[in-house]
Amino acid sequence: MRQENARILSHEGIAQETYRLVLHCPQIAHAAQPGQFVHVLCGTKPLRRPISICRAEGDALTLVYGVRGEGTAWLSERVPGEELNLLGALGQGFPAPASDAPILLVGGGIGTPPLLDCAHRFAAPFDAILGFRSATQVILEDEYRAVCGAVAVCTEDGSHGTKGFVTAPMQEWLAQKKYAAVYACGPTPMLQAVAGLAKELGVPCFVSLEERMACGVGACLTCVVKIRVSGAEDYLRVCKNGPVFHAEEVVWA
Amino acid sequence: MNFLETVFCGVTLKNPVVAASGAYGFGRDYTDFYALEALGGISCKGTTFAPRLGNPPPRIAETAAGILNSVGLQNPGAAHFIEYDLPWLRAQNTVIIANAAGSSVEDYVENVALLAAADVDMIELNISCPNVKEGGVAFGTSCASVEKIVSAVKKVCPKPLMVKLSPNVTNIVPIAQAAEAAGADALSLINTLTGMKIDVAHRRPILHNNTGGLSGAAVLPIAVRMVWEVRRATQLPIMGMGGVTQWQNAAELILAGANAIQMGTAIFADPYAPLKVIYGLAEWVEREGCNNISELSGQVRPW
Repeated sequence: MRQENARILSHEGIAQETYRLVLHCPQIAHAAQPGQFVHVLCGTKPLRRPISICRAEGDALTLVYGVRGEGTAWLSERVPGEELNLLGALGQGFPAPASDAPILLVGGGIGTPPLLDCAHRFAAPFDAILGFRSATQVILEDEYRAVCGAVAVCTEDGSHGTKGFVTAPMQEWLAQKKYAAVYACGPTPMLQAVAGLAKELGVPCFVSLEERMACGVGACLTCVVKIRVSGAEDYLRVCKNGPVFHAEEVVWA
Repeated sequence: MNFLETVFCGVTLKNPVVAASGAYGFGRDYTDFYALEALGGISCKGTTFAPRLGNPPPRIAETAAGILNSVGLQNPGAAHFIEYDLPWLRAQNTVIIANAAGSSVEDYVENVALLAAADVDMIELNISCPNVKEGGVAFGTSCASVEKIVSAVKKVCPKPLMVKLSPNVTNIVPIAQAAEAAGADALSLINTLTGMKIDVAHRRPILHNNTGGLSGAAVLPIAVRMVWEVRRATQLPIMGMGGVTQWQNAAELILAGANAIQMGTAIFADPYAPLKVIYGLAEWVEREGCNNISELSGQVRPW
């Protein structure tokens, strides 16, 4: 992990309140593993903003983020040529598949970006189920189609793809095909449902979690989630022990 | 010439900049950025005798020029700290301050006895944590309880005992005097100020604990004022803290009467912030024509 000043190569809106930021950031890009994140300094804000890495390729790092508050609003106004101060690559990402058995990616909303690099960089075949509230929020569909076998897109209001939640196609696919694991990222209720379904069908599941964060490097113990560690419940750090956890160890709130 | 070397109640700090308790864990997490020997010292994460799980998340909220935290003293316990973290820390060539918290007088005494017998340089007595139900700030807000706990702890503490004061009081001066009368060797101030932030859309406090401790640039003027008030009431060494982000902030605390300073919140935005402050302070001392920073402590010229 290191601090790096990253030059903005391109920055564009790709859906409602959602932006794609491509950075020249060689040191972090080369170190990054699928599922890790960077901690972005946003002007004079006291706290950095954790943003998952969507793609690390050569010297370039691609981040896809949603505008949530003042920090990400500031970020959305930055233009190519400007520099951003990042800490990265942080956290424990998704596990490298142990075999060439297929893996199912399940992403929801702004949780879809960090799964993409798994399909690019791990050798195993990947399928993907992506869920969004409506068509105006759909992101990265073409990017997933380019690197995955089967891709399903669902929207809650049915304005794009299949109407409904990601769990409907997930149940169908897990019954039809033998997957080695499910890798998921998205809102907590979705992750809880995905984890429950994977457990029911006996497929190992890894989830990328989110919590309000300060230091990003493991020191301050603010971004904790409740995890069962050898039978006992403990608060572990999303920034250091995660963001990716084995779903069966997560104690859902 | 060593502009920054500071002798603080008998302990030699290579510079007066110490990582503040809670912001820096036990130091390991920042070693990818720089060697810890660059720092004057580390005040370790608040440690209790028994392990503590801490408060449910969310534990952090951002405010105007500050943050609120409600970690609630999550820590692995004093024995774990001594066995797993202290030997590593000792090898980092910096001063180690153990921050001791507790929930009753007996608990504090047992904890400090264990920590002070270990290979630490100093004890910082945390009687000012605003995020725990029992103990913490409850001990730090009345003169009688400060005197009671400091005198009890002092009996089992062969190391220098620094008492960390809460700003959540009507008048901090009698509290500082009570700590001194009970045998404190030094004072550190200020801990965080109790605050609250509400998510208007959801009508919910951001913090699961509802309230938390405010730190960061927003609290610096309060810290400077309180260090100045306490300096005029006691001769004890003072470690000043609260919102130090750049060297000028540290210089304010020194001029107000601090002998050393701590930094916490600023490290979250910039892990290198303490090193920049150290560099800036050394230049300041030289520019002022002094041989050592101690010559500038308390040298504010009040109106």
